[in-house]
Amino acid sequence: MHELSLCQNIIDQLTDLAKLHDAVAVARIEVRVGALSGVEAQLLRNAFTLIQAGTIAETAELITEETAPRVTCRTCGAESETLPNNLSCPVCGNLDTKLIDGYELILARVELVRNED
Amino acid sequence: MCNTCGCNITDGNRHLLSPPPNRAAQISTPEKILNGLLDHNDQQARINRTRLDAQGVLTINLMSSPGSGKTSLLESTIRTLQGKLRIGVIEGDLETENDADRIRALDVPVHQITTGTACHLDAHLIHSALDRLDLTKLDLLFIENVGNLVCPASFDLGHHRNVILLSVTEGDDKPAKYPVMFRAADLMLISKTDLLPYLTEFSPVRAEHCLRRLASTAPALHLSARSGEGLADWFGWLAAEIDHYRELLKERQTLTPRVESEGRRLHAPGPQIVFRPLAATT
Ligand SMILES: Nc1nc2c(ncn2[C@@H]2O[C@H](COP(=O)(O)OP(=O)(O)O)[C@@H](O)[C@H]2O)c(=O)[nH]1
Ligand SMILES: [Mg+2]
Ligand SMILES: [Zn+2]
Repeated sequence: MHELSLCQNIIDQLTDLAKLHDAVAVARIEVRVGALSGVEAQLLRNAFTLIQAGTIAETAELITEETAPRVTCRTCGAESETLPNNLSCPVCGNLDTKLIDGYELILARVELVRNED
Repeated sequence: MCNTCGCNITDGNRHLLSPPPNRAAQISTPEKILNGLLDHNDQQARINRTRLDAQGVLTINLMSSPGSGKTSLLESTIRTLQGKLRIGVIEGDLETENDADRIRALDVPVHQITTGTACHLDAHLIHSALDRLDLTKLDLLFIENVGNLVCPASFDLGHHRNVILLSVTEGDDKPAKYPVMFRAADLMLISKTDLLPYLTEFSPVRAEHCLRRLASTAPALHLSARSGEGLADWFGWLAAEIDHYRELLKERQTLTPRVESEGRRLHAPGPQIVFRPLAATT
């Protein structure tokens, strides 16, 4: 649902970055989408193709990297990857864990195109 | 986000879609380009929260599937607490004013936001709604979010607590199916418990177990707006939250929903930037 407005946000960031670095276009971007971010990677990709037209990122390729949740256990200290709907510690089974990864939505990498002169 | 309605743009965030008139004047430095893509919303949410805190209005965001009993719970709550607490309501709905009319009939201030096609409220919509309410006359503000277990979870509104209803006519595995939403709960209310005798397949124990597996320590209370059973526990929770909130305000602190206080998204480093020569791309 809010994938379209998120994409508009990404485009705004890209526009700023391109201006700052004197780039003429954006070639490729990578976005990390946590399994608990509330964002569907597929919907984000669809929305991006709608929003990118007529912008600095008109021809940019969007790569999404979907990340699984990671937790640290407050009982045994183990750090583990988990399922989105079971954040208990896979090592000792304890329910008292802290989510350290997998809820993020991050613009991780941007490839800008510059005139070489 | 929403897999069904494809909605996204609300009256509250529509302005973000048109570029500001003078972009050149506000080029961000890489440090300023925060990676949280929901930044605009989160910034507005912080402004809303500051405004609520200035008047000491504890604000609760009610979320659930459509029909889980949010409006009915508000009606019961207002009937009992009216006279003890000054209550206001913001109603979010796709189309009608029906819920607002039900609340208005109880003679409390209410503002209806009709979201059109957008299946969630956002901080900008709440900002406009707060303009329509006299916050100096409120102790407690309820926001009834749009009935939806997906989208509303992603938007900080500037409220203080998330309360999520799960009615016994839904599956008891809802927290496992909608982990993003249920992880956001500061309180889970198992509602319509008067129907439990007819819905033996719903196990409150299983529902709570699904919540615990999300590493949530949020309390799970059982209640029925119809029979009144369990409402006292809910009022007890509200009273404790109001006390806690007022103590925090005295120390110039505030309450944020558990998920927001994780500081999600906001502290990521800027993106890695690489350059390609123009020729290489053609
Ligand atoms: N049996 C029973 N029905 C309820 C209860 N609470 C709400 N309902 C019914 O459930 C339907 C939806 O309730 P409503 O409060 O409008 O849900 P909302 O969409 O979450 O605001 C209505 O027909 C209510 O009368 C309850 O505690 N017990
Ligand atoms: Mg309702
Ligand atoms: Zn462990």
